[in-house]
Amino acid sequence: MNDALDVALRLLVVFAVFLVLPLVIGQTEHKVMAHMQGRLGPMYAGGFHGWAQLVADGVKFAQKEDVVPADADRRVFQLAPAVALLPYLLVLVAIPVGPSEGAVGQVVDAGIFFVLAVMGVGVLGSLMAGWASANKFSLLGGLRTAAQLLAYELPMLLAAASVAMAAGTVSLPGILNAFEWWWLPWQIVGALVFFIAGLAELQRPPFDMPVADSEIIFGAYTEYTGLRFALFLLAEYAGIVVLCGLTTVLFLGGWHGPFGTDGLGWVWTLLKTALLAFVVIWLRVSYPRLREDQLQKLAWTTLIPLALAQIALTGIVKVAIS
Amino acid sequence: MMLLASGHHPVHHGFLSPTGVEIAFLLVAAVTFGAAVLTVTTKQLVHAALWLVVALGGIAVEYLLLTAEFIAWVQVLIYVGSVVVLLLFGLMLTKAPIGRSPDADSGNKWAALLVALAAAGSLLWVVVDAFRTTWINLDGPGQGSTKVSGSILFRHWVLPFEALSVLLLAALVGAIVMSRKSGDTSGAPGDAPRDKEQR
Repeated sequence: MNDALDVALRLLVVFAVFLVLPLVIGQTEHKVMAHMQGRLGPMYAGGFHGWAQLVADGVKFAQKEDVVPADADRRVFQLAPAVALLPYLLVLVAIPVGPSEGAVGQVVDAGIFFVLAVMGVGVLGSLMAGWASANKFSLLGGLRTAAQLLAYELPMLLAAASVAMAAGTVSLPGILNAFEWWWLPWQIVGALVFFIAGLAELQRPPFDMPVADSEIIFGAYTEYTGLRFALFLLAEYAGIVVLCGLTTVLFLGGWHGPFGTDGLGWVWTLLKTALLAFVVIWLRVSYPRLREDQLQKLAWTTLIPLALAQIALTGIVKVAIS
Repeated sequence: MMLLASGHHPVHHGFLSPTGVEIAFLLVAAVTFGAAVLTVTTKQLVHAALWLVVALGGIAVEYLLLTAEFIAWVQVLIYVGSVVVLLLFGLMLTKAPIGRSPDADSGNKWAALLVALAAAGSLLWVVVDAFRTTWINLDGPGQGSTKVSGSILFRHWVLPFEALSVLLLAALVGAIVMSRKSGDTSGAPGDAPRDKEQR
């Protein structure tokens, strides 16, 4: 009975994190973007610097009518937001926050494969939405999503494989236990490839070709309204949390820090994740959208060769030090 | 194939008192089988692809229940995450309608059924014959964990592994050559899953 309680408690905590962190990042994005563009952003809702803006947005979304287009494939259309969102919740369960036993939702033996596999499933939601909407803009968005996933999943996997080689394990806590500070310069190319490919998989700017609003309205999500649309947006921000958390765990040493690793390891993890999330927002404000052919070219001619070079380097160093 | 392989266990260990894992295994197997049948019988093309997701995911769950965790996640990564995405990508490029495709029926379906049954039968026979007395201990340390799979693969099965990788490399080179011959270089994204399996 105690075990069941323990599991339930862990899942509850993961669920709470899943609900809170994406909103925190969304609000940070409002504010950071605003200040980078010389304005204030939301200031009214909730009083202090508009902290409740996203709560208000959620209430607004919940009140809106949930429209399903007449020609749409109803069931697939309605199921798509859940398929897009739930994988990120599952991934969050496996990300270790601190060094102790209790600081991870569930230890998964083949952790890297688990997180990458389940993250890949989330894209099916966008594809289902794109096809089932019976709208040509949605269909174009779905096509672009698929093309982007196919191009960027490979460099992401290769970069993660490099870390697994370095650590000699595919379990996420295992990788962190093996981490040394000099892995940072050793794996820096892999880290960059992983982060960029992850951004592309989340369709964040500058890789937001699948939802390019000036060309195809809002891509696969064009026909969505109300709560279902909000779920797609939430999936994007949950994706940012997951991507930044994973990059932290795989490449930045997770709970390791210059001091206080034992008691305050989880603070380091959260700090690094928050820093990366800030970079994600920063990139959105700084770079123009890549064109479709530029997107593909970047993946196939730059990121994949870089990832392969990183694997070769990892192998050489690994053999040299052993 | 997996259904029968496990169906043998209760025979040895008390058919009337199956464990929870065995019941779960059979239930998931039923769902997987149903999804697989729907995949080939539905008249809606994209639905077929989505039922395929359920079937492939069900097989991944079966792997998990048999403690083969690594294989399960690779199954999800390659098949659900890449092969089905490629399938959907291809379907979106066609004029797959929402609702029934009038021409989704093929005159070859009885021949296809025959081939499918023959293939399933021979696979069943091989698996049952090979693993008749093998028993997986579900309670002990995972026998399908990444470490065990890796050491077995690279100690006992290196030659088949290398032969397979050469085959996949040949397929990859072939794909590049074919896409070049037609003078169309936009086929690059389509090569991704093969490339992935090669790694």
